[in-house]
Amino acid sequence: MLQHTVYPPSTFEQNLKRNMNEFINYVSQPWPWYVAGGLIAMVMFSLMVLGNSFGISSNLRTVCSIIGGGKHCEFFDFNWKSQTWNLIFAIGMIIGGFIASKYLTLDSTVNISEATVIELKSMGIENPGKDIVPAELFHWENLFTIKGFILLVLGGFFVGFGTRYAGGCTSGHAISGLSDLQLPSLIAVIGFFIGGLFMTYLILPHLIMF
Amino acid sequence: MKIFRYIFVGIIFGITLTKAEVISWYRIYEMFRFQSFHMYGVIGTAIVVGIIAIQIIKRTGMKAVDGSPIEINPKQVSISRYLFGGIIFGLGWAMTGACPGPMFILVGNGFFVILAVIASAVLGTYVYGLIRHKLPH
Repeated sequence: MLQHTVYPPSTFEQNLKRNMNEFINYVSQPWPWYVAGGLIAMVMFSLMVLGNSFGISSNLRTVCSIIGGGKHCEFFDFNWKSQTWNLIFAIGMIIGGFIASKYLTLDSTVNISEATVIELKSMGIENPGKDIVPAELFHWENLFTIKGFILLVLGGFFVGFGTRYAGGCTSGHAISGLSDLQLPSLIAVIGFFIGGLFMTYLILPHLIMF
Repeated sequence: MKIFRYIFVGIIFGITLTKAEVISWYRIYEMFRFQSFHMYGVIGTAIVVGIIAIQIIKRTGMKAVDGSPIEINPKQVSISRYLFGGIIFGLGWAMTGACPGPMFILVGNGFFVILAVIASAVLGTYVYGLIRHKLPH
């Protein structure tokens, strides 16, 4: 009788393993917006407590300095080593993306709205939301087509140019700046939306169907 | 080791943006088409919690881990640089479906073609540095 109540040592390990698996399955579901928003704010808070600030596009300027931009342009002539922490933070982000995709994902379908799916299908994108990015747009051969070059290469150029001109990106202006109730950041975010809406409504449909 | 603190915070950020689908091109498209609340919820919650966090820092005079005061520099007052720079970034954000954070996280997710986007973003930053004197700020 007693044997039923005393767990053999292996049962504890099995329970632990089962609970771990349950936990991993639980966090492997898509995370709701309020969890993500709270964690993003905590990331900003953590970087501030570490004595830094939350602004990812600064890394692009740091890379320009590392590759010798300071010799030709005083904008890149600064002690980039003081920005090493931000590069390390970016490396952590890459590792985080790897961990999430490799160990914390059961299904990489993106749960976008039905309206978005129908609309993108009508523009010729097959299986919208099947993976994180549209396979038609994000592959190497696409870089050598006019459509792919404009979307990825020119788009990337705009991101790099625009963030530095505006002095920050989503992390620096939309999150950090608005959290500090700074008017310049509100102007920048209004700019983000003017550019984003103009592109999405008036240009992107033509580009996707090109 | 200080390095591990930043790696750790970066990992949390990378996992969060992957799991909440913020790195998805589709989510950015959907946001600019106002077809879902998701991205507005993510950014809105981050700002609300962020406002509370920054008020706590300011009102308690919280110090950084090395004992120095936490300084929040007010941004230089201007309209043109934020508006024009913001518009140019917005165009690129809608095209690539990624702002700089998600670009790095997509590399970790195995979408290596984003490396070309990162390279042109570096080039864009470089060109800005070269011609910034000619631009309204």
